[in-house]
Amino acid sequence: MNQILKIENVTKKYNNNFKALDNLNLNILKGEIFALLGPNGAGKSTLINTVCGILNFNEGSIRVNDHDVIKEYRKTRSLIGIVPQELNLEAFETVWDNVNYSRGLYGKPPNYKHIESILRELSLWDKKESKLRELSGGMKRRVLIAKALSHEPKILFLDEPTASVDVELRKDMWKIIKRLKSKGVTIILTTHYIEEAEEIADRVGIINNGKIIIVDEKNRLIKKLGQKILKIELSTNILNIPEKLHSYNLKLNNEGTVITYIYDTKANKTGITTLLTELKNHNIQLKDISTEQSSLESIFLNLLKESEYELVRS
Amino acid sequence: MNWYGLKAIYFHEMDRMRRTLFQSIVSPIISTSLYFVVFGSAIGSRITEIDGVSYGSFIVPGMIMLTILTQSISNASFGIFFPKFTNTVYELLAAPLSSFEIILGFVGAAATKSLIIGCIIIGTANIFVDLHILHPFIMIFFLILTSVTFSLFGFMIGVWADNFEKLQLIPILIITPLVFLGGSFYSINMLPEFWQKVSLLNPVLYLVSGFRWSFYEIADVSIYTSLITILVFLFSCLGILIYSFAKGYKIKN
Repeated sequence: MNQILKIENVTKKYNNNFKALDNLNLNILKGEIFALLGPNGAGKSTLINTVCGILNFNEGSIRVNDHDVIKEYRKTRSLIGIVPQELNLEAFETVWDNVNYSRGLYGKPPNYKHIESILRELSLWDKKESKLRELSGGMKRRVLIAKALSHEPKILFLDEPTASVDVELRKDMWKIIKRLKSKGVTIILTTHYIEEAEEIADRVGIINNGKIIIVDEKNRLIKKLGQKILKIELSTNILNIPEKLHSYNLKLNNEGTVITYIYDTKANKTGITTLLTELKNHNIQLKDISTEQSSLESIFLNLLKESEYELVRS
Repeated sequence: MNWYGLKAIYFHEMDRMRRTLFQSIVSPIISTSLYFVVFGSAIGSRITEIDGVSYGSFIVPGMIMLTILTQSISNASFGIFFPKFTNTVYELLAAPLSSFEIILGFVGAAATKSLIIGCIIIGTANIFVDLHILHPFIMIFFLILTSVTFSLFGFMIGVWADNFEKLQLIPILIITPLVFLGGSFYSINMLPEFWQKVSLLNPVLYLVSGFRWSFYEIADVSIYTSLITILVFLFSCLGILIYSFAKGYKIKN
């Protein structure tokens, strides 16, 4: 796949000298769904805003479809649609007027059929004559997406698209995002919800303190960095973990019926065989064994801890 | 040039006027009538003529300037301040629009609104006094130039202001006093010599004077001085604004 967005050594300092982006590098591939994960203040929104032209950056270069975002801003910006995090909309305009206004801003001639199809797809057609202030939060979010799609962009930035929306709407959003991908739109979304990245992203990037910590395919990331959990169900409950087994860091549930063992899939020796032998030697009878892949969330938290540690050390 | 973008901003701003049409039209008619009642009838009955023009007719150009200046500033400053306040400004900044196009869209709409109001005032004034405009084209030229210049100035205030108080600060503290002290309702020849010289430091005097000349060929300063003053102010505002946008002042930082 070709790169549609290339960010090289970008640094953004705010007026108080705070580095929101610190020599950041990132490439986005054409047609993918890329999830940018990071805690509050990590630089997710700043990164999006610098690419879109909403914020100036101090150093580095950003290229969209091989065009420079500063020198060739007309070309790059007309390729991009942005859905901001906050539900900021004009209060007194109608949905129809406001979405058509957005298309105009991007230098496109009116295309009422296109706007109609977007509004229908986003279940907004019935609300087209409603004033924006009369809409619910979820509907406003849809209007923001409709505005971002009004000029037929090739790249769509979604800044926390499902923040503070209910589960049903979140799933609806995921469907919309997948549908856009099938039409060839590249989607870059920032999210707090690991579940969201796990559900829809092709690749995941983790950002902290203005730096990209890691970028990889979602599944490979989970596999590569993931730890597995071995759950051992016992036939009869036990009161304590035998002292000899303490080195395994086992955990026993309150009922004394399930032992959990976390192991590293990348290690040469996982310790599973010896653990099972030891359990047998202690006359602990097993009823069932199962394994679970650790979630993206736990990987995310581990990486953040590591990056904080590195920061303190440096 | 992003013509569709420019058109979108212009009509979006004009639409705001349409939504408050009643207020936009009725308010200048009422204030003009009040000025005529207070200044024209009450004071005018004691001042018969100034340079051969009746006091009622004399104050018309100043009154139009007063409204054009305040309306241009308030329309343009509110026009850009509002998207900043509601955070919808992101859309303008992310769109493929140059700073010049954004300024042109907002200032064009604000100036158009002021011109419409200016025409309404001329119409209203015509009810109270018999208006003869000796140089109608120069009058229209001055009207357009003043509307554009002060809309640019208002836009600058809107960019600079980060709260409602600041938005009102310059119009209330600087513009209104300058307009009232700029010979809108009197000729500076009526002042003592010292205050005549002080009045020459007031840029609004040149505007009112030039505009009044287009009506009655009477002026406190030369028409060319008036013209140069307003053009210098226009290009200064435009230059500062384009520079501010390019640097992202108060917008992109």
